[in-house]
This record gives sequence, structure tokens and C-alpha cells, in this order.
Amino acid sequence: MNLRKYLKVYKKFLHTSLASELEYKTNILIDLITAILSLIGSIFLLSIFFQSNGYIGGWKFEQALIIQGIYTILNGITNTWFNPNLTEIVKHIREGTLDFVLLKPIDSQFFISLKRISPSGFLEIMLGFCLLLYCIKINQINLNLTFLSLCLITIICSICILYSLWFFISTTTIWFVKTWNATEVLRSFLYIGRFPLNSFSFSLRIFFSVFIPIAFITTIPSEVFLGISQLWKILLEVIVALIFCSTSRKFWLYALKFYSSASS
Amino acid sequence: MISNLINRKIFTLLKVQYSNMLEYRVEIALWAISGIIPFFMLNIWTNNNLNESINISDVMLSRYFLCAFFVRQFSVVWVVFSFEEDSLMGKVSPYLIQPLNPFFRYFAQHLAEQITRFPFALIIAFFFFIFNPESIWIPNLGILFLSIISTFLSFLIQFLIQSIVACLCFWTEKASSIERLLFIPTLFLSGLLAPVVSFPEYVKSWIYLTPFPYLIDFPANLLSGNETNISGGLTMQIAWILLLFPIFKKIWSEGTKKYTAMGS
Repeated sequence: MNLRKYLKVYKKFLHTSLASELEYKTNILIDLITAILSLIGSIFLLSIFFQSNGYIGGWKFEQALIIQGIYTILNGITNTWFNPNLTEIVKHIREGTLDFVLLKPIDSQFFISLKRISPSGFLEIMLGFCLLLYCIKINQINLNLTFLSLCLITIICSICILYSLWFFISTTTIWFVKTWNATEVLRSFLYIGRFPLNSFSFSLRIFFSVFIPIAFITTIPSEVFLGISQLWKILLEVIVALIFCSTSRKFWLYALKFYSSASS
Repeated sequence: MISNLINRKIFTLLKVQYSNMLEYRVEIALWAISGIIPFFMLNIWTNNNLNESINISDVMLSRYFLCAFFVRQFSVVWVVFSFEEDSLMGKVSPYLIQPLNPFFRYFAQHLAEQITRFPFALIIAFFFFIFNPESIWIPNLGILFLSIISTFLSFLIQFLIQSIVACLCFWTEKASSIERLLFIPTLFLSGLLAPVVSFPEYVKSWIYLTPFPYLIDFPANLLSGNETNISGGLTMQIAWILLLFPIFKKIWSEGTKKYTAMGS
């Protein structure tokens, strides 16, 4: 792997995709408003859950806002990088243009996962950070270096898991050709990430931490943020992230063996 | 004679679209699965005893969310996405020549898809009853009939709103971002995630004037046997349809004059 070459290629990707996205300026503006409204909507929903007894799953409203903040950041990352690229895989496979990707002298997974970027997700990431800063204030969290680095590690692991989940589903396109709706299923499951894992019943908790570790993705970093997480949970998240990343890589290479190009 | 012709047209359209939809059964099954968010919400509600504050029993709440799932299944509209694709690809041009408004085609597509989705929705409901056997109930025929009508009216409202947005394609080329913006209030205010009764007073004071509670909350309350104002709800639904239809007609006739036939 030649790191410098890849960085250079990525710079070019950034440049071209930003240029093409900025052509639809009103679109970006509308997306920004959508991001703000969606954050307001989810805080509104959360406030409904808390209006009766002030606790859900042992979390207070102020604490649950942290989950919301981390969810917003992750959602922004999904909208900026994962969604535009990985929905493109479906198109590549349907139209047979994956051939061109495979012929290029760079890694195919790198190419299809990072080629495009959609700037409208940036605001969501920023909104999430603002919410987190606000949460630090209202929860009176003392910042120190070990705590911040642990937070960063868990969030990076969450991003890895999220990416692997998206990539995994998009890869199945090679067999099923149309997986638009499979990503919709993933999206609706991801919705669960807005709420603390403990607020669900036992069976759903098992389902969302063992089969599709979605609640995992936001709950553990939030616990780290609050300073109430145990070490084993952090370790578990790191291990899960590593497993997911390596499996998704292997799965992609395996799936490519079954790729028969369209129209050629 | 004329009605006979219309009947024949509608039946042919429906038959064609139904067989088209049957080809993508898996996709439609996945779509049905992606609608199960209400069940996760139900889990949060019952698992944290949040329903005590709004005086709805567990059983009634689970019926409400099951009905919300059903209403959502049969009122989902995606005409913006089809129309945007067709208009960007220039496929709208041949439709315009035909002596039938192209929106009838999309309308038939939606109906055909609902028919295809019906068995999958029943299977999901069956599983729901296995896990919640106490919530089984049989609505009486009159209520069932009324709620089917109000679900259909809710579908019509959403279809009209989306058709109006879709017509904006004639001006902006990309209307899906406006649709995403409209989806946010639909998601949070329609009662899909939390029944409208549970909303705080300052929201309830104006929300019943907007179309949102009539999209899911009203039909779901009606079907599940929760307390609701039947005649008032139906009147509001019809009023919104009567308001939206002329807007759609106007924007359609303006738009077709602007149409530039992209891709030809």
C-alpha cells in the first residue's frame, strides 16, 4: 500500500465530487434545513419520552441528549461518505461499470467507498458537535486527555462498524442486483441508535447488540462520555469493530469472484 | 361508455403494474420490514411504563402501534423519486403524448405495490401477535370499513403533496431534497413514533389543523379502537384533499408548459 499515492488520489476525489455537488446549491441549502429540523424533531420526540417520569432505561434527559449528539455526528458521516458512495455500488453493478473500477490500478474497495462526498452532511456533523458541547456543559463533565482519547477510540470504532454494515449490505448487490430496500431496512434499524440500549426489552437488547450491533454504536461512546463505562465494554467494541472491518473486506473480495459484468 | 373506457384503462394499468411489482417480491418484502419502526417505539413505551401519563393501557398502545404500522404500509408514497428519475432521463416525454395524465401511471404503481405488500404485512402482523397474544382483537366491520377509507384518504393526501413536490422537478430538476425536508414533519408529527395524544399541549393546540395527524394517527386510532373524533377526522382529510387537488392541477399545467424534455 502506497499511502502517499492514496492520499493524492483522495484529494482529487474530494475536489471533483465537491465541484459537482456544489452545482445544486439550493439542494444543499434545503439539506441543511432538513438536518436542523430533523435534530429538532428527534429532541422533541425524546422530550415526549421523558415527560412522564424523567427516566428511560436509567438515563436522564440530559444524558440521553449525548446519545442524540453522537447519533447526529454518525448520521452526518453516513450522509457525507457512506450513503453517496455505497448506493453508487448498486448502480455500478446494474450498469456493469464496476469493470472500469476493477481495471484501475488502485484498490477497488478504496475507490468505491471514498469516491464521492456530499457536503450537506457536514452541517449535521457540526450540529452534533454543538449538541455534545452543550451536553458537556449541562452534565458538568470534566474533560481530560485519557477521557477524550477513549471517546475518540470508541467513536472511531462506531464509524468502522457503521461503515462495515453499509458496505456489507451494498456488497450483496453482486448477487441480488437491486438492494435499495435492504439499505432502507438498515436505515430503519439504525434509527434505534437514537435511544439508550437499556430502554429496550431484554430480547431486543440482545438482538441489537449481538446480531446488528446498532445500539452499541451510540450507547458505548455515550457511556464513555459520561465516564460510566466499564473497560470491558470499550474492549468489546474495539474487538467488534476489528471483526466487522476485516469481515467486510474479506466479504468484498469473496463477492468479487461472483461478479459477472453486465452487458459485456 | 366513457366510464367503461375509464374502467378498462384503470384495470389494464393496475394489471400491468401488479405483474411488474410481483417481479420484485423480495424487494417489497424488505420494504415491508423497513416499516417496523413503530414496533421498536412500542417497545420503548411499554418497557419504560411511559403510557401511564397518557392514560392508554399497554394493550391499547400495542394495538395503536400495530395499526400505525399497517396505515404506514398502505399510505407510503414515493412518486417524487420515480418522477424525478423519469424526468431526468427524459422518460416523461412519451407519457405526455398519451391521452392519460402520467400520474395515473404512478398512482397505479402505488396501488399495485400495496396489493403486493399486503401478504408481507399480514405475516409481520402474525409475528406481532405471537409475541403479543393479549393484543389480538377484531374490529367490527363498520370501523374496519371506515378505517380502510381513512387510510386511503391519508394515502391520497400524501400522494397529492408528493405530486406537487414532484412537479417542482420541472423547475429545479432535483425535487427529492424537498421531499426529504417534508418527510421530517411527517415522521415526527404524524403519530408514527408516538401517538399524537402524548404530545405536549403547546403542540396539540395547532397540530390538528395541519395534515400530519391525519396521515397516521387518525386512521390508526380509528382502527385500533382508541378514542378519536371520527367525523371530524374524515372531514379534515377530505378538506385537505380538496385544498391540495387544485394546487396540483395548477402546478401540473404550469409545469408541462415549462417542460424541456431532458435527454431527447
